[in-house]
Amino acid sequence: MQERLLSLILFAPLAAAVVLLLIPSSQRNAIRLWANLSSLGVFLLSLLLLPGFNRADGGFQFIERQPWIPSLGVSYYLGVDGISLLLLLLTTLTSFISVLCSWSAIEERVKQYYAMLLILECGMIGVFVALDFILFFVFWEVVLVPMYFLIGVWGGPRKLYAAIKFFLYTLAGSVLMLLGILTLYFQHYQQFGYYTFEIAELMKLSLPLAMERWVFWAFFIGFAIKVPMFPFHTWLPDAHTEAPTAGSVILAAVLLKMGTYGFIRFSLPLLPKASIDPVVIQVLVGLSLVAILYGGLVSLMQPDWKKLVAYSSVSHLGFCTLGIFSLNPNGIAGSIIQQINHGISTGMLFLIVGVAYERRHTREIRDYGGLAHVMPAFAFVFAFAMLSSAGLPLLNGFVGEFTILQGAFEANRLWAALAVPGVVIGAAYLLWLYQRVMLGQVTNAANLRLPDLNLREWAVFVPLMAWALAIGVYPKPYFEILEKPVAQLVQRVRPDYKLAAAPPAVLPAERSAAP
Amino acid sequence: MSSYYTSTDHFVLLPGLLLSFFGCALLLIDIFVLPEVRQKKWMLGFLMIAEGFAAAALYRQHVYSASLNYEPLQAFQGSLVIDGFSLLFNWMLLAATALVALISYRYLDIEGEHHGEYYSLLLLAQAGMFFLAAGTELVTVFVGLELMTVSFYVMVGFLRGDRRSNEAAMKYILLGAFSSGFLAYGFSLLYGLTGSTRLGPITDALSSRDPFDPLLCLALVTTGVGLLFKIAVVPFHMWAPDVYEGAPTAVTAFLSVASKAASFAFLMRLALGPFAASRAAWEPVLGGIAVLTLTVGNLAAITQTNVKRLLAYSSISHAGYALLGIIAGNSAGIQGTAVYLAVYTFMNLGAFLVVVALRRENIRGDEVDDMTGLMHSSPAYAVLMLVFLLSLAGIPPTAGFIAKYYIFLALIQTQHYALAVAAALYVAVALYYYFRLVRRMFTGELREAAPLASSMGLKLAMGTSALVTLGAGLFPEPLVRLAQNSLFR
Repeated sequence: MQERLLSLILFAPLAAAVVLLLIPSSQRNAIRLWANLSSLGVFLLSLLLLPGFNRADGGFQFIERQPWIPSLGVSYYLGVDGISLLLLLLTTLTSFISVLCSWSAIEERVKQYYAMLLILECGMIGVFVALDFILFFVFWEVVLVPMYFLIGVWGGPRKLYAAIKFFLYTLAGSVLMLLGILTLYFQHYQQFGYYTFEIAELMKLSLPLAMERWVFWAFFIGFAIKVPMFPFHTWLPDAHTEAPTAGSVILAAVLLKMGTYGFIRFSLPLLPKASIDPVVIQVLVGLSLVAILYGGLVSLMQPDWKKLVAYSSVSHLGFCTLGIFSLNPNGIAGSIIQQINHGISTGMLFLIVGVAYERRHTREIRDYGGLAHVMPAFAFVFAFAMLSSAGLPLLNGFVGEFTILQGAFEANRLWAALAVPGVVIGAAYLLWLYQRVMLGQVTNAANLRLPDLNLREWAVFVPLMAWALAIGVYPKPYFEILEKPVAQLVQRVRPDYKLAAAPPAVLPAERSAAP
Repeated sequence: MSSYYTSTDHFVLLPGLLLSFFGCALLLIDIFVLPEVRQKKWMLGFLMIAEGFAAAALYRQHVYSASLNYEPLQAFQGSLVIDGFSLLFNWMLLAATALVALISYRYLDIEGEHHGEYYSLLLLAQAGMFFLAAGTELVTVFVGLELMTVSFYVMVGFLRGDRRSNEAAMKYILLGAFSSGFLAYGFSLLYGLTGSTRLGPITDALSSRDPFDPLLCLALVTTGVGLLFKIAVVPFHMWAPDVYEGAPTAVTAFLSVASKAASFAFLMRLALGPFAASRAAWEPVLGGIAVLTLTVGNLAAITQTNVKRLLAYSSISHAGYALLGIIAGNSAGIQGTAVYLAVYTFMNLGAFLVVVALRRENIRGDEVDDMTGLMHSSPAYAVLMLVFLLSLAGIPPTAGFIAKYYIFLALIQTQHYALAVAAALYVAVALYYYFRLVRRMFTGELREAAPLASSMGLKLAMGTSALVTLGAGLFPEPLVRLAQNSLFR
């Protein structure tokens, strides 16, 4: 089973979706139950990867490789390393949470809704385990269609606009990325005499800098739109705000990570010369810093609760890209951990908006106020999520942001200095949001009789809170899983870089064996 | 047999011969046999038998050609040829004709214009297309082209009581005749320049000529205008939206895939054979035409409110993509155009099939609004339409992605980067208008609940199209092999 485990995890959601379609539409609760059980099953299945995963090995594990289109050199090639393993676990957990949180929120076209969620899960898993470029691209595009429907059918008032905007933006970026992929593919043929889309094979290429740079920008557009980086972010507030809660959670927790994952998995190792090109670094770091500050400032001004959380993603993802393009182990490892953290905390924040929205059907911050008196448990969960997102020590956000800043500091002190205000602004808009929504007196009579969290909603939050606390208190295993692959990546991009110059400061210093 | 008609000649000609024979026979049966015997279902059955014979002949050709490793097998002193290229196109045309015949049965009943000669016209059109795909001699090809086009003139105007259909037929005849004139003029110039009407000698004679020789340029322009009109690329596309909208939907489907594919087949033989030496003269022009076609096709489709017109503009833009393969002109480009047209045949037919299903008694069903709420009334049709539209837009894992993959690859290999970027970005534009339909189908509320005009033939045709569209996307290897063998030498 070990050697087929990835395929099993990949196609289990799809199989579950097929079974789901066989259940009659009138049996809503049976449909809900089946979707919940199967997505929980996929999550448990993905946990089986952990015992078999060897942390000392920096390469890909659980490899599966079959020819798919042999004449074109396309193969069905799966595998995970530390980076994709963490993102895969985030995906399966988030998918389960999204299914669970939709039980009472979705009343219309229930069957189609859960089928879309399960197909989406298959696509997202595929993105993180594919080691063949065409396979990756197929999953990358497959994700768009169910997401379009999730936003377009079950979304808010401006759902159709938001859905097509999301689809078009991402598609426009990804077709340009496809051109970049094909360029690499053809160059590989010219240098080695055979066609292949396997990432490991394409890494053997050595291209002239000018061409690498062009391909880099082609990839950049595809990934930067997905992240989204600063000038390409305009689809995000619309899509995140209009999507149903589960859609927002998945968008924030997983879909954005596909962009950062793309930079880490493809842009850096395939195009190392372009990645250390000063112009490229300056542009990317510059855009990241703008995103951090701009996203934070726009969040401060939002009257719409959900839009505020959406814009905060722009700021948080700015930290992630800043870490990646610091191009040192701390920056990259911090970035990956921050991607997980963002998935957990922003996922929770969207779920919290969802809980409130289900009860009051409004997203305006001024319609709320004093909810802490009415819903004490909810207030606790919200406080937890907010502090985790704001980067309070002993919670997950701190670990990621601090390590990224350490990496940025190592690369260029100015970058760190410019990014730090972002942390402050982040604390400001979150605390202010909390104050306006939860604290003070209940000003709106409609808020007086809101029921507190029920058991199912607790079940939605507890796993995420536990994970947040676990990363915050004891981040060591995550850094250990990431150490080897990140070290290899840095070696690949900067062969002269001295590794282990500075271990992440958030870890306790290694004591020497004998004093 | 005499030296004028050898057994090789017979072998190569056979599919075309069979199609013409059955086409004429069907016409005679329709006239002379008593009405109780010539029921419409027998006519359809007779057509299927004809296709069966043609398929058997094609299959034997295919097996034989494979044993020659797809080396061209010439007949009639180089007037007709069997190679992987002609085989691929003939299979494609056969499938298209059979599928269109299946859907026409019920459709013509609903329109109240079910006549036997329709099936005979289908066969004769296909016979004409056979000569376009396999012909390597100008007069043969011209006759084939005219046979095809004249059959289409009649079919477009088949709804005698419908003004739109009549108007469409009139427009098509006038512009079609005009373009055929251009083509004939171009062919005569080629003959005058080279002293031969066979592509082989013409290629040899032209290879030593200066590409910018005025006479050669005149021949290029006139031939080009004639053929570009048939594949409906900008600026020779004006007829397409009107004709597509007015023609019976089944005929529109046939026109948009088969007529286009057959004309493309000969355009490719010409552009990459005799005109290969004068590439410097036509490549920039054709590149401009391709970009213009993509632009006009995609942008005009956005504002259409009629599905047939929308698909007409979309098919204009698809011709632009297929043209890009010719512009690249290398092996990936030739394969690309061939694969593109093969895939396009099925996905575009599929999309038109849904429009055919929407045509019911008293409901014309070809407006975008008529798609509203299709997911509620007939989920199967809505989901299949989604598959066809995704494929038309080129989203994996559908066959449309494989088609676009080849075109982009060919452009990158030949360093047409600007064209590649333009072509890639128009994918997003195309998705926008395809998803206008998706939006109606999946998010709109149902307004009237008249059941769709579904029939066995329609279901069969739709199933086949969907199977090919999805199957060739998920497991493209057979299609890729077929394309690799289709490179003509």
